[in-house]
Amino acid sequence: MRRALYLLPLVLFLVLGGFFARSLRPDYDPHVLPSAMIDREAPQFDLAGLKDEGLARDALKGGPVLINFFASWCVPCRVEHPLLMALANREHVPLYGIDYKDQPEDAAKLLAQFGDPYRRVGLDRDGRVGLDFGVYGVPETYVLDSDGHIRKRFVGPLTAEQVDKELLPLLKALRKS
Amino acid sequence: MTGRAVPSWLAKSVFVAFLLLAPTVRLLAVEPNERLADPALEARAVAIGATLRCLVCQNESIEDSNAGLAHDIRVLLRQLLLTGDSDTQARQAIVARYGEFVLLKPPLLPATYILWFGPGALLVLGFIAVLFWLRSRRVSTSIDAPLDAQEQNRLDALLHEADR
Repeated sequence: MRRALYLLPLVLFLVLGGFFARSLRPDYDPHVLPSAMIDREAPQFDLAGLKDEGLARDALKGGPVLINFFASWCVPCRVEHPLLMALANREHVPLYGIDYKDQPEDAAKLLAQFGDPYRRVGLDRDGRVGLDFGVYGVPETYVLDSDGHIRKRFVGPLTAEQVDKELLPLLKALRKS
Repeated sequence: MTGRAVPSWLAKSVFVAFLLLAPTVRLLAVEPNERLADPALEARAVAIGATLRCLVCQNESIEDSNAGLAHDIRVLLRQLLLTGDSDTQARQAIVARYGEFVLLKPPLLPATYILWFGPGALLVLGFIAVLFWLRSRRVSTSIDAPLDAQEQNRLDALLHEADR
């Protein structure tokens, strides 16, 4: 009994140390929040399009799709842009863009300059659709299944590792089901 | 020291005045055009907003933060109140979008039991530990059993040794 008591500080140290070690992991970012919308139906939206066609939620049902919130004023969006181009051109992922709180001319200029990975782009001028999705910063990327339910959210610029380890396997699984 | 410097008593009293005033001034980030015309409704909006976390600058409420997102949530909150939502409904609508984390005061859920009851439990455990410690100390100081013959012999031997 006494002996066991002497082990207490060690146990406490290990528990606390474990907690701290978890927060010190290099890939841990306390600013990345879990989405409250996972496995819920994507919010309703029907946006005017950057080009001719608009973008509406109900038109996206029927297959897993990616929705990428971006903006011309957003620097991290440019970081992930080459990856989005690769996703669209090499993997043929159905990628849709929502231009968040942006001027359409600026977005058009951006896509003309760096290439356009999106099948269609909707304009969320006042950020209301972003608010309904729970977006708290651009870029954010959502994976919707064929029923239009949100299955995953990526906060911040996508990385090649996330694409290979999480995004592509998820899309594959969703296509099968 | 140059003659044109502000007298130090003046600088000091201005500084003290600032210190005294600081706690009374609460600078809200709410912009005038966001405010609702109805003061009662606006007061409700401010009260709810003060309990909602701005997700950009995570330790500020949306009423205190001037981040773009905080502005958007303030406007949404006021729209919800205008359409007749109760305080709970309006708050719930925002939790539905951003999750429980948006609440500055964590709700009482199984996942937050440690957070809510952990400190109290530690205090109780501490009290119990102190009680045990005090009791064991009392036992060890109050041994009044007489020495047996062997112990008495040994004690005598030791005392004799000291005499020599």
